[in-house]
Amino acid sequence: MSIHVSRLTKIYGKQHAVKDISFTVEAGEIVGFLGPNGAGKSTTMKIITGFLPPTLGTVTVAGKDVVQEPMFVKGITGYLGEHNPLYHDMYVVEYLDFAGSVYGIHRTVRKQRIKEMIGLCGLGEEQNKKIGQLSKGYRQRVGLAQALIHDPAVLVLDEPTSGLDPNQLVEIRKLIRTVSKNKTVLFSSHILQEVEALCDRVIVINRGIIVADDRMETLLGRGNRFLVVEFANELGEETLMEADGVEAVTRIDRTKFRIKAKADIDIRPAIARFAVERNLSLIELKQEESSLESVFSQLTQEADNISAI
Amino acid sequence: MIRIFIKELNGFLDSLIGYAVIVVFLVVIGLLMWVFPETAVLNYGFADMETLFSLGPYVFIFLVPAVTMRSFAEERKMGTLEWLLTKPLSEGKIVIGKFLAAVFLVAIALAPTWTYYFSLYQLGNPPGNIDTSGVIGSYLGLILLGGVFCALGILASSLVTNQIVSFMLAAFMCFFFYSGFESVSQLITDGGIALWVKQLGMRYHYESMSRGLIDSRDVMYFLSVGSVLLLSTKTILSSRSW
Repeated sequence: MSIHVSRLTKIYGKQHAVKDISFTVEAGEIVGFLGPNGAGKSTTMKIITGFLPPTLGTVTVAGKDVVQEPMFVKGITGYLGEHNPLYHDMYVVEYLDFAGSVYGIHRTVRKQRIKEMIGLCGLGEEQNKKIGQLSKGYRQRVGLAQALIHDPAVLVLDEPTSGLDPNQLVEIRKLIRTVSKNKTVLFSSHILQEVEALCDRVIVINRGIIVADDRMETLLGRGNRFLVVEFANELGEETLMEADGVEAVTRIDRTKFRIKAKADIDIRPAIARFAVERNLSLIELKQEESSLESVFSQLTQEADNISAI
Repeated sequence: MIRIFIKELNGFLDSLIGYAVIVVFLVVIGLLMWVFPETAVLNYGFADMETLFSLGPYVFIFLVPAVTMRSFAEERKMGTLEWLLTKPLSEGKIVIGKFLAAVFLVAIALAPTWTYYFSLYQLGNPPGNIDTSGVIGSYLGLILLGGVFCALGILASSLVTNQIVSFMLAAFMCFFFYSGFESVSQLITDGGIALWVKQLGMRYHYESMSRGLIDSRDVMYFLSVGSVLLLSTKTILSSRSW
């Protein structure tokens, strides 16, 4: 049940929300859809779920075109929208029952599914309340429960964790990880740790253009490597510049420096040798993990620079 | 379709709108029919239900928009329309489900007035001296009228996100469709055109049915106007240009 987006363009009036993007989410994969606000994530997801028609290009889910066979695609897709719209004057169970019935689940099966969803999403204590009375975290769980009620093969989650407090965040992430086994999941976020924690692959989108589509590890490897070194005695930056493979040195304090390495090489051995040669006593040598943050800002800024030209 | 119908009906009954509409309709009609001296049957001296059938449409002009004002306006505002449209439901079924629920509520509000018929049947001199076919025709006309008002209200609701604006728009459109065309026709001196304009309005067809003669042209008029309105609503939903 893969999602296949091909040369998709969406124009609102004169504004290009999405410009000619193509990507594939293979069956069983969890893919993070990453980008700053207004990058076109939600638009793409609304097109995949059949809410908005594309201006150009095609989207197929499980081999069926969204525009030509919307009922089939909508039937196998679970969707949690951007602002998690819910009927506030419905009771939790009533709402889940309605959501289930819309998918044509038979009444007896539906009862069973509702029970399972309440257990899975941790709604037990709140199940007899009206949705309007629930806190944001619980509403988000109700949103997830309705997206999962028909055990969809494809799950599209648009910022499922936005606006949650740190504890809720952890729980919702755990929940997403549990339910996404054996499902094809596309989920958007602008929280990078979350994507790092959940996804196999990341698609980075900026201003309607895909700027990266790669496996997590590869993407992380793309950032420049930084070393933090500390010596016992004071010394100047220019001394360190003489070591092999060093591109830039910034001083952190009297004896501590951050070294930017040239390209993709591990310069730790070179630094160690350099210290021995110059008779400097090295007391710390640490590689800084390149974070998704740095990669992300690098990617989106590169794209901005290109479009500025 | 049936899911939307049930959901809408539950919505009416949960939010008190349903009860309010039924109670207000029955109280207003009951007062006009039996209590207020200008319009009460008891003072009038003839055993007919003219009061219900001539004033009913005006009560509907205010009540039906109150029933339908939430319909799409609320769903759009809350974003639940997006949710509904990502479910395997066609736009047509959503529109018809909502429409039928509104009509059903109007029919429930109207249903208890059948007792008036039995009361008046006994009050006639001799008992039973009442124009039964006229009553049946009028009821059919009133239901058809209520249906077209519901379709108008739902269309208005799909055009705007604000419920109050939706209400006012619907009330105005109902009023105009009911008696506006007739008033306009009086401004026209050419008799042929005037009649043609008058026939565009609902009142002409409604009054024709009230006489107890159920003419297929009148029924077709209501059915086709209603269908066009519902189809327009569906087109607006499908266009996603809101």
